[in-house]
Amino acid sequence: MSTGDQTDRRDSEATFGEYGGRYVPEALMPAILELEDAYERYVLENEDGFMDEFRERMREFGGRPTPLQRADRLSERYDREIYLKREDLLHGGAHKLNNALGQVLLAKYMGKERIIAETGAGQHGTATAMAAAHLEMPCEIYMGRTDINRQRPNVYRIRMNGAEVNSVTAGSGTLKEAINETMRDWATTVETTHYVIGSVVGPHPFPKLVRDFQSVIGKEAREQVREQAGRLPDSVVACAGGGSNTMGAFHAFVPDTDVDLYAVEAGGSSLEIDEAEGLAPNSATLSTGTDGVLHGAMTKLLQQRDGQIVESHSVSAGLDYAGVGPELAHLVDTDRVTPVSVDDETALEGFHRLSRLEGIIPALESSHALGYVEEAHEDLGELVVVNVSGRGDKDLETVLEETEKRDLEAAPDVEVFTSE
Amino acid sequence: MNNPDAASTADSKIERAISENHPALITYVTAGDPSLEDTKAYVEALDRGGADLIELGLPFSEPIAEGPTIQAAINRALEAGTTPDGFFELVEDLETEAPLLVMTYYNMVLQYGTGEASRVSDSRAVEPRDGPDVRPFVERAAEAGLAGIIVPDLPAEEADPLREACDDHGLDLVFIVAPTTDGERLERIMSQVTGFAYVQARLGTTGARADVSGATHESLERLADYDVPKAVGFGVSEGAHATEIVEAGADGVIVGSALIDIIASSDGTDEAVGALEAKAAELKAGALDGVGDPGGTDRDAPEPEHP
Repeated sequence: MSTGDQTDRRDSEATFGEYGGRYVPEALMPAILELEDAYERYVLENEDGFMDEFRERMREFGGRPTPLQRADRLSERYDREIYLKREDLLHGGAHKLNNALGQVLLAKYMGKERIIAETGAGQHGTATAMAAAHLEMPCEIYMGRTDINRQRPNVYRIRMNGAEVNSVTAGSGTLKEAINETMRDWATTVETTHYVIGSVVGPHPFPKLVRDFQSVIGKEAREQVREQAGRLPDSVVACAGGGSNTMGAFHAFVPDTDVDLYAVEAGGSSLEIDEAEGLAPNSATLSTGTDGVLHGAMTKLLQQRDGQIVESHSVSAGLDYAGVGPELAHLVDTDRVTPVSVDDETALEGFHRLSRLEGIIPALESSHALGYVEEAHEDLGELVVVNVSGRGDKDLETVLEETEKRDLEAAPDVEVFTSE
Repeated sequence: MNNPDAASTADSKIERAISENHPALITYVTAGDPSLEDTKAYVEALDRGGADLIELGLPFSEPIAEGPTIQAAINRALEAGTTPDGFFELVEDLETEAPLLVMTYYNMVLQYGTGEASRVSDSRAVEPRDGPDVRPFVERAAEAGLAGIIVPDLPAEEADPLREACDDHGLDLVFIVAPTTDGERLERIMSQVTGFAYVQARLGTTGARADVSGATHESLERLADYDVPKAVGFGVSEGAHATEIVEAGADGVIVGSALIDIIASSDGTDEAVGALEAKAAELKAGALDGVGDPGGTDRDAPEPEHP
């Protein structure tokens, strides 16, 4: 399949500066090299018309392109032009389908027989289950027990589409544990199974593969904003957990150095790490993490000084991860992307504000980006694009529960809901 | 020592332990499960029982190559507060005939020393946290008397920094060969491996199984021409498995989860010590049964003839 020369070339392409690489058990390496070969042939070179079929299916099944909508009330509120990239309108209700459909289709081209995936908020699990049903592939989704409890609507949707949901009880029962378990499944079934990683994380080529499937967000937004506003934006704002909607929104703008890129992380309740307990009450990896290796890549991590990974926290299950994509870590180190964070409360305010002002119920993940715009709009320039990465139907229970605990200015009276 | 074309080293403690005790029994326990004190007793019991090499797991919070048994052991060890420094102190305390290897994940190797430097520093502005580096770990491992290192999430492609540091400090770096490994990747691994090649008997994660995988025979055949000892692990739990693996041409048998099962199910340290010593004896006897010529120690001998 590959010559020695190719192997050397590949190694140099496996990293972003000092980040990235392929730190996985030996049993997975042949599958990762096979995937890299498939990525180069089908995605980069459009062999057998793969990318044509992918784009066609994204149009017909996925509903692309998604609109770039001028948010009139927000624009008025902040006295600047606010545009929303409406990935919440993509089939499944989040940007996740871009990647899930791409990878399931790629698995099909590779002759794989089975799909596995991990999910945190359930959006990636839902998107993968939908893509697998659409393309007639058997599918199993690993999900942490905590996340199953806080994202039940997505658990139902995954099952409705014919996929199995495997509950992961280790650790805090969130995304990190789900990834561990999916890797274990893959190590056993690697010859017939493709692991659809849900973000721009993991061993090479996943960070590039996922970014390429997601880069349609920024490509469309860049064209749309030029058409609708007549110029490129001053800034693009996107929330960052693992970083797939972030890299998707940013990638097309990276060469446009006049466009500021803000990755908004989950500040949770505090940015400090509790070393004694091994807990981070946040998921702000880009802002506070240190370099290390987790889930197949060198990247920034929330970890203790001796190397143990800490349990992260966010009110949003989709951001609740102790790692982050290696390319994003590199873009932060090279000052192309600015990492910022907002706390749980600001995100909840963002959720309610967009719901009431614009008639759009955003995912709690995206609500972090919206919360940041509220806090920092004066620094964002005259023309701002915010990536609304998904819709918030899945989060309603969490939002009601968390809102009730707090006195939030933008929130409706949630007792009305909870007393019913 | 720095010859990448013939990575196998003449003065390797591990290779000597395997060739002098052929067929070798290699045992694994997780350090700190359920405490470092117990681990000391368990390792010495395995040594008395017949273990020729002992792998000690330094627990990492995300052990993606392990099955449920070792994952649970790692969780117990972390809950008991096992740290890298505690681990190295245990190694220094141990008195065993069998050389000791550390098995851990790459992030543990990378972070060792970096955190301590900034923790003792009075001024973080003057002395910021150092970047990750494999050398402090390897230096400490050598100083503590470890003979080698196994890092299951470090493939040969990413291993140059650790390979160099191990060469500089006289430590063996053991690599895992999976049932899926062949061709150019097999060459690459075998050119880097020292001590022994860890032959993964089956796909998947660690864990005791009821039988020996057919993949073992195929894997050993692929490795037959490489002049490095080959030891087979993943799923081995009984003396009879050890016999079968040695008959298939292995120089050593690696047992981990079956020992952890004993530790987890024993009623107290003393019972576990007795059971571990007995299990090691059973496994070693099983391995010896796999050798056709009982007096022979030549691992290149042809397939033994069955009586």
